[in-house]
Amino acid sequence: MSMPESRYVAVLLLMTLALPAAAAGGKIAGPNLGQVLPNTEAALPYPSIYPDGRGLPAGHGNAVDGRKVYDAQCTACHGSAGRGGSGGQLISHGPLTGPEPDPAVDNYWPFATTLFDFTRRAMPMTAPGTLSNDEVYAVTAYLLNLSGVIGENDDINAETLPKIRMPNRDGFVWIDVPKSPR
Amino acid sequence: MTRRKKISTPTIPTGVAPGANPSGLNRRAFLQGGLALTAATTGGKLSAAEPPLPWLHTPGAPLTNYGQPSEQERKVIRWITPNRQVPGNGVSWTPLHELEGIITPSGLHFERHHNGVPQIPADQHRLLVHGLTQRALSFSIADLLRYPLRTRLAFIECGGNSNAGWNLEPLQTKAGYLHGMASCSEWTGVPLSTILDEAGVAPEARWLVLEGADAIAMNVSLPLHKATDDCLLALYQNGERLRPENGYPLRLLVPGWEGVLNVKWLRRIELSREPVMARNETSRYTELQPDGKARQFTFVMGVKSLITTPSPGAVLSRGLHELRGLAWSGHGRIKKVEISVNGGKTWTQAELQTPVLPQCFTRFRLPWQWRGQAAVLKSRATDEAGNVQPERTKLIAERGRAGYFHYNAIVAWALDSDGELSHVYA
Ligand code: HEC
Repeated sequence: MSMPESRYVAVLLLMTLALPAAAAGGKIAGPNLGQVLPNTEAALPYPSIYPDGRGLPAGHGNAVDGRKVYDAQCTACHGSAGRGGSGGQLISHGPLTGPEPDPAVDNYWPFATTLFDFTRRAMPMTAPGTLSNDEVYAVTAYLLNLSGVIGENDDINAETLPKIRMPNRDGFVWIDVPKSPR
Repeated sequence: MTRRKKISTPTIPTGVAPGANPSGLNRRAFLQGGLALTAATTGGKLSAAEPPLPWLHTPGAPLTNYGQPSEQERKVIRWITPNRQVPGNGVSWTPLHELEGIITPSGLHFERHHNGVPQIPADQHRLLVHGLTQRALSFSIADLLRYPLRTRLAFIECGGNSNAGWNLEPLQTKAGYLHGMASCSEWTGVPLSTILDEAGVAPEARWLVLEGADAIAMNVSLPLHKATDDCLLALYQNGERLRPENGYPLRLLVPGWEGVLNVKWLRRIELSREPVMARNETSRYTELQPDGKARQFTFVMGVKSLITTPSPGAVLSRGLHELRGLAWSGHGRIKKVEISVNGGKTWTQAELQTPVLPQCFTRFRLPWQWRGQAAVLKSRATDEAGNVQPERTKLIAERGRAGYFHYNAIVAWALDSDGELSHVYA
């Protein structure tokens, strides 16, 4: 019946090893298997792009070039000039209040950087991630021009894109988390 | 709704003791009913011969490597609402009205994908943790499987679940196809805090930017306090490794918070000072209010319940029924569920299946004598934080109808005197 002494000691030892971890505020220690990587950001297919422009790549484009990209790659699902299709309308020119509010990129989106980021990682849906950075800047410029926030020939790049102030920039109220000071 | 043909009246004796409660709701009704049934049947004799039972005399099917539901249950399926032009973009709904207990079978867990289900070889998948950390780390799935695992039950609900409730007219379909962007599983995985500790979170970090390995590289931001509180890097669902459509080989479990944060095919966690303001936390998963302002970062899924049996499309016969349903809350445990059969004039507390767990489906049941009167069936859940599921009129008065997300109002099924059930606003 009795447990061989050496095994009993081993069990005790295991218990003492495990106990401090459990006692330290419920923290659960792991075996530290993560491989340390140098210079991670450079290797990412889609680095995060923040509203202040961090993460934006080199390249540029304007609405005139962007219209060509859009007509070739986007109209099938978003209609001509972003006015609707199976992928949803991108440009509404409608209200955000009243009986039929009509949110879209132009009147609802708070940040222009989001448009670059989402288009680059997700569009066109049949071949995501295939547009060059110049094409993404250009098609972003086209949609921003349709939104009425930039001119047709404005050059959009890592410098200029984050400076664009979207009309609904202050239209959002954070609910379940306090707004952190910027 | 396609109204079904009326079913023929069953031959069960109707001499059932009426419930003490004038509405017919009585937790003891089944016991009384049972006694009445026994009394009525012992007097008779089994007259007709049993039909032949060939399976008593024929060897059955051979063993199988992986069991499937009975062929006769083939109607118990997810209902798919796809985008015709992009078939991997859409939703499939859990048939809540066909299920019992609290666990959703893995193959019936709802799906919301933006661009299809990636088929990822587990040995090629890596989880990258970087940004505001002391070191950038990469983990293989084999690495993660060696970490201390934790298991819990939790529902996952899409922020857009029940959105038909905002419609002007009640949509006529079954319970699961209105509210089945919610499912509940047992999840096993590595506490996210263990991995964050290993990377060494910088003191100025406040958010995690999460990214999936699907064909929109789905990205979204999660507050650090939630990540270190109770999130799991889930590897197993209901005892087996995740299904591809649930994020194989790795997904995040964010208990009680919007489904979109439970990133599937999780490949990257970036610690940051601020949210990244991704499309799925600005354009979507925000709720436009009547004043033109939008609610953003509404993470917690509100307290909700609905009767799943009977469900619209059912035709009831008179007599004893059990009203059954599900309740859940992102705020914690369900404290009580009340049922009304008169549109909310009076309420009776239902029995809760135990154990009642936080951020988990909770099954409720209540016997009901239906005597043929028109009725409006409702359930109303209250959670341990004191949140009470609101009436639809109240929710819409507060939020308008354009918010699309976070609809958690009381659900009403109307029973007409023919026993046909439909979805109503009442
Ligand atoms: C094959 C169809 C298809 C094509 C082509 C396509 N899209 Fe999309 N797009 C979609 C779908 C579907 C969605 C909705 C995605 C979802 O459900 O998450 C979408 C969403 C978007 C959104 C977000 C809209 C919102 O309101 O949140 C933007 C912006 C967008 N697409 C831009 C583009 C651009 C720019 C192109 C061309 C380079 C493009 N799309 C090409 C199908 C397509």
